[in-house]
Amino acid sequence: MIAEIGRYLVALAFLACIAQTLLSWRGADQGGRSGAARAGAAAAEIAVIAAGAAFLLLVISFIRSDFSIAYVAANSHVDKPLLYKISGAWGGHEGSMLLWCWILALFGLGLARIGPKDAALRARAVSFQGLLSTLFFAFLAFASNPFERVFPAPIRGADLNPILQDPLLAIHPPMLYVGYVGLSAAFAIAAAGLVQRSGGRALAGALRPWALGAWTSLTAGIALGAWWAYYELGWGGWWFWDPVENASFMPWLLGAALVHSAIATEKRGAFPGWTVFLALIAYVLSILGAFLVRSGVLTSVHAFALDPERGVWILGMLGVSAVAGFALFALRAGSLGEGDGFEPTSREAFIGANNLLLAVTAGVVMVGTLYPLFVDIMGWPMISVGPPYFDASATPLLILAAALMPMAAFMPWANGGAKPGLKQMRAAFLLVPVAGVIIAFIAFGAPVLAVAAGGVGAWALCGAAMDVGVHWKAAKVRAARLAVTGRALAHAGVGFIALGGAADASRPPDIHRALAPGESMTIAGRSLTLEEVRRADGPNFMADRATIRVDGRSVVRPERRFYPAANQTTREVGLGSDLRGDIYLSVGEARTREDGVMAYEVRAAFHPLVWMLGLGAFLVVMGGGLALTARLMAGAPARARAGDGVKAAGTADAAQARAT
Amino acid sequence: MRQARKRLWMIAAGAAVLIVAAALAFTAMRDAMVFFYSPAMVAENPPPPGQRVRVGGLVVNGSVERPASGGANFTVTDGRADIRITFAGSLPDLFREGQGIVADGVFDEDARFTAQTVLAKHDESYMPPEVARALRESGYWQDGPPGTGQYAGPGAETRR
Repeated sequence: MIAEIGRYLVALAFLACIAQTLLSWRGADQGGRSGAARAGAAAAEIAVIAAGAAFLLLVISFIRSDFSIAYVAANSHVDKPLLYKISGAWGGHEGSMLLWCWILALFGLGLARIGPKDAALRARAVSFQGLLSTLFFAFLAFASNPFERVFPAPIRGADLNPILQDPLLAIHPPMLYVGYVGLSAAFAIAAAGLVQRSGGRALAGALRPWALGAWTSLTAGIALGAWWAYYELGWGGWWFWDPVENASFMPWLLGAALVHSAIATEKRGAFPGWTVFLALIAYVLSILGAFLVRSGVLTSVHAFALDPERGVWILGMLGVSAVAGFALFALRAGSLGEGDGFEPTSREAFIGANNLLLAVTAGVVMVGTLYPLFVDIMGWPMISVGPPYFDASATPLLILAAALMPMAAFMPWANGGAKPGLKQMRAAFLLVPVAGVIIAFIAFGAPVLAVAAGGVGAWALCGAAMDVGVHWKAAKVRAARLAVTGRALAHAGVGFIALGGAADASRPPDIHRALAPGESMTIAGRSLTLEEVRRADGPNFMADRATIRVDGRSVVRPERRFYPAANQTTREVGLGSDLRGDIYLSVGEARTREDGVMAYEVRAAFHPLVWMLGLGAFLVVMGGGLALTARLMAGAPARARAGDGVKAAGTADAAQARAT
Repeated sequence: MRQARKRLWMIAAGAAVLIVAAALAFTAMRDAMVFFYSPAMVAENPPPPGQRVRVGGLVVNGSVERPASGGANFTVTDGRADIRITFAGSLPDLFREGQGIVADGVFDEDARFTAQTVLAKHDESYMPPEVARALRESGYWQDGPPGTGQYAGPGAETRR
């Protein structure tokens, strides 16, 4: 019964989205305050409630282990712990698509409630969001039904893929989807603004908070995924330039460009067309990401199973969204207006450079990700493009962008020509720690790119510290202080990520050794002793747990698990962390060594300063959150300033612009 | 004048970055492009020894040997030809006989393949697209409904 109700609710949400699209469109034509506009908002509400209830029913089916539903049977098992029964609801294709759709609907409702101030623009944006939701709900209802029945119902279920049974993975997809899908709100506002012929500045102001929120969430989602890959996949890497990772990285890069260019457009009217274009393409790339992950066209370590039919659907949605967005852009970009001019040393110029570098990096990543696919379609000899390509092309561009980043905060808007006063000259001292870090990296024999990234990381940290030191006092209003702090935190986060990444790229090689209990090995100057291996079974798996003592003190316990339901073996990595970095241990199967002794294959690695990556990502997310808070507290600055240039309410950047 | 100057700056900077990025991408692509060879392709026209390539196929039942010194040796097939692979690391947990895998590495003078990485998929029913295509070309692939194509060559019945 639940399945039938769920199916009905999905269909209801689909119809509500169509109603939302049409009614809001009509409402926008009538100025945005008519009954049609209100009805469109009500339809958005119905879609949210229906999709939310459907999702809840799916979760309940998982908790009840209702294996008469094919999706539950394929992704759950009676013996699975409750948390993973629940997270199984979004652990596979259909369920995660339902979550995706629900979030789309939520953003539709969000736009209707707290969207752009201009009523007509708001109704139009709700309509576009409705269109985007309609596409995905159609996909859900007609080609990815999570409530499909299976007959006869299996007794036990196939189990969620064991490597997905992890607390981090339970929250990674929702974060990621809020990011991916949140970019749809920026798309909807941008498209609506083009239809309404809104000016570029007002439009940038309207879409900026949505872009900022989505991008921050996307950052958190990607960071959680990288962290999970680091300790769960057991290969010791956190970023593989895998197509699935690239699929999330491309919208992230463009989202990062967007949250910066939207500032320049909102404050100064600079590059309005570019900002709107970014808002459109960032979401299109989100859909492209969904296509790459879900169609199985690329060889990837985390691909969903091959399903060409799904791919065709997603390509269709990609096509409709892209054609609608870009056609509007081509027709109406002229109405966005031109900003005031600026000089090459102004903040606009630096934001422009940042955007150029981020966008080009996204392009380079896209070429590397899609080229093998293109070659396959052409029927040429199949190729793969691996990490060496991305390391040599994308990484230098990102290092360059990070090198410019700290200076941007010190550039005045418009006329530029930062004339360093005596106070600012002290900044030269900051080059001392930067040089120190570079020398340290060279002394450790780091590769060239790692030396550069390390130096840039230190440079960014110093710049962020100075940004707070100089601008905090000058910012009079609370919102302005929040904005400065947010910016400095996010930029410091980038610095930490660069440092951590550089350190990890300079790590010593991994060591594989067959150890019998009682024997030791050494990595990075630390001795590892295998003390014992004993059985440690869990609720739905059998496990061998090794006890390895590091330097005679702390103990690390890697495991090797066997999940009978999925007939799959996994390794649970053991981590010994301190400030210097992580000792990373995984244990393989037992086998008889050449000398006839039973030994366990132990893989040891040392990841120096890897905590900096986590801290960096955390700071970027915090910074994004603070910037969003500051932006919401400050209201719409463009309008405030148009009225009165030096009003105290004049927001974060008005205060900053005077200060710098 | 101002607008024109601004445009000039932006266009010059944009062009410079694009050219540098294109150059970077082009050289990187030349070095990093790894060609995929099916066992049949290797038999007909082997890649030069020492060149980094990808090979793939189904792991032949009973071919996996785990020497006491660590690592593993195994054979992959596309039904027409075989490749013997030596791998020094520890095999992925999902590695199983009869499964489609892809390996990165180099051939030596004696046509033995030494793998640096072996990719087996998270999902045991997943077939790497390269392997699926190689099997289709060798005629040992049975297209089924989406996602359920399967190997249909010699020994198919023993592979589950």
